[in-house]
Amino acid sequence: MKSLLHSNIIEVHNVFKSFGGVHANIDISMHVKKGGITGIIGPNGCGKSTLFNSIVGAHPIDSGSIIFEEREISKLLVGQIARLGLLRTFQQTRIYSKMNCVDNMLISVSHRKDARDGLFAPRKGETLERALSLLEFVGLYSKRNLISGDLSFGQQKLLEFAMALMNEPKVLLLDEPTAGINPTLINGLIDRLHRANEELGITLCVIEHNMRVVMNLAEHIYCLANGRLLADGKPTELQADQRVIDAYLGGGH
Amino acid sequence: MLGRRFLLYLLILGAGLAAPWFYPQYIQQMALLWIMVLMASTWDLLGGQMGYNSLGNITFFGCGMYISAVVQIAMFYDVAAYTSAFGAIKPEFTDEQYFMGLFLGILAAGFGAMLLSYLLGFIMFGLRGPYFAIGTLGIATAAGQLMGTIDYVGGGSGISMPFFPWAVEIRALFFYGLCFFLAAVAHLLLRWIYSTQFGLAINAIRDDEDKAEAMGIPTLKYKQIGWAITAFFMGCIGAVFGNMVGFIEPVEVAFPVATFGIFMVAMALLGGKGTLWGPVIGAVLFHVIKETTWTYLLGWQWVALGLILIINIVYFQEGIMGWLQRKFPEFFGITIDHAPPDKDAEQ
Amino acid sequence: MLFNLQILFDIAPITNIQLILDGIFIGAVLALGAYGLALVWGVMNVKNLAQGDFIILGGYIAFALAREGVHPVMALPIVMVLMAMLGWMVYVFMIRRVIEQDMFTSLLATFGLSLLLQQVMNLIFGPEVQVIDSHLPNYQLFNDSVTLPVVKLLSLGMVAVLAVLIVLFMRKSRMGQAIRATAQDERAARVLGINTDRIYAFTFALNAAICGAAGVMVSMIWVLQPFYGISYSLRSFAIVTAAGLGNLPGVISTGFGLGLIEQYTGFILGAEYQVASAVVMLLLVLVYRQRRAKRKRQVVR
Repeated sequence: MKSLLHSNIIEVHNVFKSFGGVHANIDISMHVKKGGITGIIGPNGCGKSTLFNSIVGAHPIDSGSIIFEEREISKLLVGQIARLGLLRTFQQTRIYSKMNCVDNMLISVSHRKDARDGLFAPRKGETLERALSLLEFVGLYSKRNLISGDLSFGQQKLLEFAMALMNEPKVLLLDEPTAGINPTLINGLIDRLHRANEELGITLCVIEHNMRVVMNLAEHIYCLANGRLLADGKPTELQADQRVIDAYLGGGH
Repeated sequence: MLGRRFLLYLLILGAGLAAPWFYPQYIQQMALLWIMVLMASTWDLLGGQMGYNSLGNITFFGCGMYISAVVQIAMFYDVAAYTSAFGAIKPEFTDEQYFMGLFLGILAAGFGAMLLSYLLGFIMFGLRGPYFAIGTLGIATAAGQLMGTIDYVGGGSGISMPFFPWAVEIRALFFYGLCFFLAAVAHLLLRWIYSTQFGLAINAIRDDEDKAEAMGIPTLKYKQIGWAITAFFMGCIGAVFGNMVGFIEPVEVAFPVATFGIFMVAMALLGGKGTLWGPVIGAVLFHVIKETTWTYLLGWQWVALGLILIINIVYFQEGIMGWLQRKFPEFFGITIDHAPPDKDAEQ
Repeated sequence: MLFNLQILFDIAPITNIQLILDGIFIGAVLALGAYGLALVWGVMNVKNLAQGDFIILGGYIAFALAREGVHPVMALPIVMVLMAMLGWMVYVFMIRRVIEQDMFTSLLATFGLSLLLQQVMNLIFGPEVQVIDSHLPNYQLFNDSVTLPVVKLLSLGMVAVLAVLIVLFMRKSRMGQAIRATAQDERAARVLGINTDRIYAFTFALNAAICGAAGVMVSMIWVLQPFYGISYSLRSFAIVTAAGLGNLPGVISTGFGLGLIEQYTGFILGAEYQVASAVVMLLLVLVYRQRRAKRKRQVVR
């Protein structure tokens, strides 16, 4: 168990969550391995987003425990969790829509205790260079001076991803990163997610609806159905699992 | 670009310094103009740049005024005796006493207001949108009424401030200079702040506070610092205004919620909120129009003011700067569609 | 202050009855104003800062009618109709254009309206405090230690009737049902063929009429002054914030509660603390709601 603790950056133990009378999460336990890419799949309404929101602190959980880097976080607030280095992106992409892309990037620097920039730091120098190179990384360099609210939905999504990278989180939780993105661009996005994981060393945890994406991306996948954990394992194992096929793949995918 | 801006500042500095010599009869109005500029600019720090629309910044103005009055008097006299016995005896302040009292009074007003904003921030900044606006309005209204119940500072009948020791003309010039100086310092400070990470952070709070939280921006800290800066300047200018008027009382002078309190919002909106120059332009325009037409409206001036405010909000929300930025985006370094390769430093 | 407490508990406990009665009368006014605010807030998400000025304006119309010899009871329907027309006009020229904008816009626009109404009333009626003499007798109870004017009882009865009518209207009539549907889900209501623009106009007019009725009551039991509106607005907000939107019994009982709190703080500390007590209540409620929200990892919106 002790060795497991060290390799798992997030541990979810027996989490229950219900809204009114609806049980959204029932006795869910899962782990996110440090340095890896973990996937969460499941049909609509299976409780993936609820689990996600529980981890990042968007709502309280009924019982259970959520541990990030050996620290209980199930009582902390969103901002506190983010400042520990556990960041999320939104399914309905959220950016600062009246600011231009560079400014969006600059303000997304880490606000942890070890952050390199102070409160009244000028907006230039190394931080600016890093912002520009990350915009380059996601392919938005030529759009950098545009007001971000004027970008297309897919571009906003990429910007949000770049902003998350700018923050240098330890773990990044991505809520349906390919939803609403032009299918021809999806391979590029998968490639960038891989590179962010390998080159920047950011642990990823991805909620995905698109089976092909998650099979290509994740090393370990959890499958949820009706609020319960149905199965977990390597992509190949899950593809062969009859319960997963019945609950999810059977539904036309 | 930099050269042009430098020239502009030089021009304003020259005009600000020269104006009282050319138009000494309007010196009070011009001092008031700088007060308006300061109020509108510091209101915009929260209202425009951060998206927290306070209707109660006037609280800091009034509290600053009273803090300075108490400090100025208490250094040399018993305040309770001063306020109750005023008129019967006439306390004298030597030159040294007066200016030292004034200096320390203004400083104490600024820092006292800052402290107050910090304490209020714990309650108010947990609130979003309408609760913040109405809560601050309520605090300002209640503050005026409560101040009137404190007999120590003269209650509803107010306090006469210490007399300025020198000639009347010098007095007018002195307070004009103080107002101009404070407005200029506030403007330059805001200008610098908006160019730093802090400026971006408060813009981020305005655009999407939940996202800012989720990205780990310590929003409460930024909000409190922003309000503290506003409160500091409002406290200082309150102290200066109290001494300039010479007599302070709670409802009309110290906590004028329905005049100065709403003027500052109206001016920032007229000029265009969320911009550095908008509130300045709005304040100048508003004040000049108000002062020149006020006497011709024969009692209807307040009705006209309400009407202007409504028309401004309902039909001209973007304000002058907003309109200009929409019409001439390139001039303001805003890039529309495909970006030219240059990196403009314009905020 | 201690002496005042002594009066309440020791010297003349009968004073409590006077305070409670007065609290109920003023509470009825506050409950009406707050109910109207909750209506426009809930249905069209407009925070009307001119609420108190609508109340005072209604009172002044009743006052003007009383000068012409119309009894306030007769004046009530006239005031309500006039105020509804005003509300409708305000909606058409102002609210309709800010309703889609962010909430501060509507707040500030109605604040501008509040200034405008104050000043118009000030020009027409002057800044003096005005009262209507109803020529009705006062009952003296408990050896003259409690005064109960008939006119206050009458106005309370009027308000009770009015409240019942409003509740019936919202429950039974098609318009009332449409308003409630719009409050719950504006888009769904539109899909179902409800003309939301008309609903909004009607709701705002109804609110103005309710405020007008509250104003008539103020003119009968209290005093009128052009600048007193803001305190009614603030207290309406305090009540709605404390009770929560869409909680009609809550709004009404909180209205009466605030009326009582004010009477007691006014008596114990002095009349100048009445508005302050409403603001303190508002802040306490907000602090409480923040603490509760924090436990739910949320913020107060």
